[in-house]
Amino acid sequence: MRSDRNASAPLPLKVAAACGLLFLHLPILLIFVYAFTTEEKTFQWPLPGFTLQWFGVTWNRPDVWSALSLSVRVAAISTLIALVLGTLCSAAVSRSKFFGRETISLLVILPIALPGIITGIALRSAFSLTDIPFSFWTIVLGHATFCVVVVYNNAVARFRRTSGSMIEASYDLGADGFQTFRHVVLPNIATALLAGGMLAFALSFDEVIVTTFTAGQQQTVPIWMLEELIRPRQRPVTNVVAMVVVMVTFLPILLAYYLTRDGDQIAGSGK
Amino acid sequence: MTPAVSFQGVSRHFGAVKAVDALSLDIQPGEFFAMLGPSGSGKTTCLRLIAGFEQPTAGSISIFGERAEGVPPYRRNVNTVFQDYALFPHLNVLDNVAYGLMVKGTGKAERHKAAEEALALVRLPGYGARRPGQLSGGQRQRVALARALVNQPKVLLLDEPLGALDLKLREDMQEELKSLQKALGITFVFVTHDQGEALSMADRVAVFNEGRIAQVGAPQDIYQKPATRFVADFVGSSNVLPPDFVQRWSGQKRWGSLRPEAIRVNLGGGAKGNEGVAARLVATNYLGATTRLALDADGLRLHATVPAGSALPREGEQVTLSFNRESLHLMEEGA
Repeated sequence: MRSDRNASAPLPLKVAAACGLLFLHLPILLIFVYAFTTEEKTFQWPLPGFTLQWFGVTWNRPDVWSALSLSVRVAAISTLIALVLGTLCSAAVSRSKFFGRETISLLVILPIALPGIITGIALRSAFSLTDIPFSFWTIVLGHATFCVVVVYNNAVARFRRTSGSMIEASYDLGADGFQTFRHVVLPNIATALLAGGMLAFALSFDEVIVTTFTAGQQQTVPIWMLEELIRPRQRPVTNVVAMVVVMVTFLPILLAYYLTRDGDQIAGSGK
Repeated sequence: MTPAVSFQGVSRHFGAVKAVDALSLDIQPGEFFAMLGPSGSGKTTCLRLIAGFEQPTAGSISIFGERAEGVPPYRRNVNTVFQDYALFPHLNVLDNVAYGLMVKGTGKAERHKAAEEALALVRLPGYGARRPGQLSGGQRQRVALARALVNQPKVLLLDEPLGALDLKLREDMQEELKSLQKALGITFVFVTHDQGEALSMADRVAVFNEGRIAQVGAPQDIYQKPATRFVADFVGSSNVLPPDFVQRWSGQKRWGSLRPEAIRVNLGGGAKGNEGVAARLVATNYLGATTRLALDADGLRLHATVPAGSALPREGEQVTLSFNRESLHLMEEGA
């Protein structure tokens, strides 16, 4: 609790806070700046010159487009799967009591607590054991493991705040299961699902580790970037793509924050 | 006449817990019926059995002659006012009230008109545009009532309807519910642990104890002629008299009950034979209109209420108690 909202913080604290913020965000700004440099082989400072040519070059690179398209499709499908499974799972855990409920709750959350490398290795061995070739769907499967958690956590938090008798009231007033879901459950958890879904999308979009193990020869945007850093060719193209990635992931997270700021914590946003 | 609700040997067991145990009961159409009992006595489970949220483990339930087992809540012509009101926070008051009509497919204009009328009935006209969160507890209660009544149920179930309201509001609501029930002629079944509420509102009261009904009857009968020690004690804190004591006065060795207000307290000790009971005043408790006296009659603890302004003995003083033989009620329960 703050005792006085209008009290001004002492100067050293302000300076420390400013330094902290700069430390966090200056490197990101630097990425943006290098998108406009004329030097394509090294990151030279100060910039030898200013150019917008890399935007055009990026636009015409087919590998950028295929990576971007793969990332967007993977993120969209993983999010969709996570929305369905996460909602069903959270409803089951918070709406009913059954043997092993706590265990299931823990098992669902586990993938986000486990290091990605474990999930990745586990999935890879599972795929090779069962002779499943790497494909679009193996990436989606890998991403869905942690996307489900984000949706689940958000939905569970919301379910906990919704009165259980509300669903009974809906039945009582003549609504069947489907009508109750549509008119009562969904409107009450909609913002939580939206927030969870956007976070899941953002997480999937910039995931590297699990993807490395499940993608085979395919390149999502982050994987493509790593490759680009090793082969120095038209380096600022990477920076241009990085800018786009920041935009694509930042906007949904910001939106999710605004949608749920009255009460819900955005669970799992730390990954 | 077909009963509005009929229980035939109904049980509802949760594992080893017998929430409702082999219970039979008929509730008549148009009746204001109270289910009274302490928490865990099975009264709320009974209400949920009528609503359809619970299914009986054994026995059969019928609502206006139709078998109710296996019929889901949304296909029963019964509506509930929930203890926590359970209003939908994402809908405004008008859409809350119109919800039942909306899921039945009634047109928007028609259902909003019906909802307005229901709101007027519970004296909340013009509140339709507000959100449930903007209403007081008493107003939410009325909205919940309107939301149930708009469906024109054959039976209205009320789960501790006044539990969350403060005293003044509760008294107002008691009268209002009663007159509403009279005007609409709908069967009201309400659950409460407050014996005063049950006695003042209901046409008939069922007193629940441990999954069974200890007694059913008009409030006067329940109050004046309790069937068991439990009823005597739970409804209005009667003096429960042991068989030996009762035998002295009635000749029958049965448990008896004596209302505190039926006892006359005479100053001065020295009771002889069967003329009175010698007792010692232990404590006095001033209640406004009456004063409640705690008395010790040779080891038997008795309570008496005397009107305000009576001459009172001092604490520790010896008194003589007397009462009319007719006011001593012999309970069905034997020695």
